[in-house]
Amino acid sequence: MTAFLRFLINGVSLGSVYAIIALGYTMVYGIAKMLNFAHGDVIMVGAYIAFCGLQYWGFPPVAAILAAMVVCTVLGVTIEGLAYRPLRQAPSLAVLITAIGMSYLLQNVALMIWGANPKSFPQTFINSSTWNIGEMSISSATVITILANIVIMIGLTLFTAKTKMGKAMRCVSEDRGAAELMGINVNRTISATFAIGSALAAIAGVLLCSSYPILQPTTGSMPGIKAFTAAVFGGIGSIPGAMIGGVLLGVIEILGKAYISTEVGDAIVFAVLIVVLLVKPSGLLGKPVREKV
Amino acid sequence: MTKEKRKRLIYSLVTYLLVIAAFIFLQSMIANKTISRSLKGQLVPICCWIVMAVSLNLVVGISGELSLGHAGFMSVGAYTGAVVSGWLLNGFDVQDTTLRLVLAIVAGGLFSGIVGALIGIPVLRLRGDYLAIVTLAFGEIIRSLVNVFYVGTADGKLHFSFLQKNMPDAVTMLVDGAKGAVKVKPISTFTAGFILVLITLVVVLNLINSRAGRAIKACRDNRIAAESMGVNVTKYKMMAFVTAAVLAGMAGALYGLNSSTVVPSQFTFNQSINVLVFVVLGGLGNVLGSIISAAFLTILPEMLRAFADYRMLVYAVVLILVMIFTNNPTIRSWVNRLTAPLRKKEKTGGDAQ
Repeated sequence: MTAFLRFLINGVSLGSVYAIIALGYTMVYGIAKMLNFAHGDVIMVGAYIAFCGLQYWGFPPVAAILAAMVVCTVLGVTIEGLAYRPLRQAPSLAVLITAIGMSYLLQNVALMIWGANPKSFPQTFINSSTWNIGEMSISSATVITILANIVIMIGLTLFTAKTKMGKAMRCVSEDRGAAELMGINVNRTISATFAIGSALAAIAGVLLCSSYPILQPTTGSMPGIKAFTAAVFGGIGSIPGAMIGGVLLGVIEILGKAYISTEVGDAIVFAVLIVVLLVKPSGLLGKPVREKV
Repeated sequence: MTKEKRKRLIYSLVTYLLVIAAFIFLQSMIANKTISRSLKGQLVPICCWIVMAVSLNLVVGISGELSLGHAGFMSVGAYTGAVVSGWLLNGFDVQDTTLRLVLAIVAGGLFSGIVGALIGIPVLRLRGDYLAIVTLAFGEIIRSLVNVFYVGTADGKLHFSFLQKNMPDAVTMLVDGAKGAVKVKPISTFTAGFILVLITLVVVLNLINSRAGRAIKACRDNRIAAESMGVNVTKYKMMAFVTAAVLAGMAGALYGLNSSTVVPSQFTFNQSINVLVFVVLGGLGNVLGSIISAAFLTILPEMLRAFADYRMLVYAVVLILVMIFTNNPTIRSWVNRLTAPLRKKEKTGGDAQ
């Protein structure tokens, strides 16, 4: 029972990371109608910046996270402006291939800057202590990850519901043409979405590497794909959906690895995605899309 | 014969002739021993990547669905080929390498086609980005299952298992989990690769120019219009997808039997992207383009050793630039303006004939 609870909490923690990454996917997909394949690699860049801040530049932890967020925000907006904006009217296949190219570009640039050798992420600041509850021990990284997820989720929900930019985002996601006619600057709204998504990716990168401290240029790609799976699982375009999908996926993955097989843990995650798409193509909380002729 | 038809015929003929000419040229180089060692070692892989690129082009270019799991089919083919070849040798003592190779390639194609059909039935109901991500998911599922897959042969019988301990004792291992297919006898030949490329061309070019091919293209260009004209969209998308899977499986079998081991890490997501790069650079829907870019990009890193480190970086940049240049309206009209005088000349020249 204790073991099961421990797996469950680890699953929720991993799932929280997926949820934070999935938010970036789901917001961009909802607003720009594109699958930003490079999102996973923005996570990796964020983790590397935080790593450098802590290891080489002697930043205090909070400053390292902030630096990672700033760099990722700039990176996200730059990627959008250079690669995706020229393709706003292009077919989705072209945009997807561009995004894949961008993902490879980021991985290879990281490879040139930081090398292929895995770096071990410093464990000093988030993972500082463990608490014992009964026979179970929970690391502070786990708790902080789950708390961060909840705070981000509440913050984002309030942001999209209350602020002017949030309203603009909802408008653009509903009907881009009409939003433009109403005087909303669509390009700026999409840039802002990328900025928020990338800043969240930086946080996710730090949290991910606090629990799984191996950092290499491909660190972001698998969590990125899984987080996209989570976003689809919860219903792409929906913020609470990303949270539910992420947490469920994390729990499924950890339990699958613990009780079925470590090797096929990833296969289980993807099998879940396929089943969900077949049974409910719009995801758990997604709205069904009606087709117009 | 209409002008359009004649143009297609010439295109097909040029494709065949180029491939045959390249084969004869390379064969004479082998006969004269003027071929470099590294190029000779690359001949079979080049054939495999050509088949992979042409078959992926059928899915991405002709059918208009982005598949990111093409390497998965290749791995299915490679493993099936290795198992069939090893089984024939150990179980039935078939020494004839040509027979083993042919049977292995056929089995690889068949099995990969079955897997493709099983995947296609659910997947092709989805559209666009979802389809891409699900094919990716299938590629990853195949890869992680192959990692824990064991096949052995004893007394002419095959034993399959996902757990090593389930294997009987007196067994010759053919596939050994994460170690991959072991002790494969390399029996692939360049001639076999060439024939496979020709088969692929016959299948794909005929499919594209047939009634079914036009239906597939109609589904790509406008699904709703095609559907209202009575085209069974799922059927034709399925046709393209399964054909591509069969061809990829055959290429995989040839590729697997070209070296002494087949490991799961040969067929990762990166390989799928690699093939996608061939297709995009050769031109979506352009078969000859796929052949040239696959051959060229397979040789290139061998020729430029220094370039090898930056290969993926350059690929990435090229992928992005090609997409932006071919799809951005501003840049396209600018390029059109630049090339307008050239095209005008061509057109008047053509009319004068």
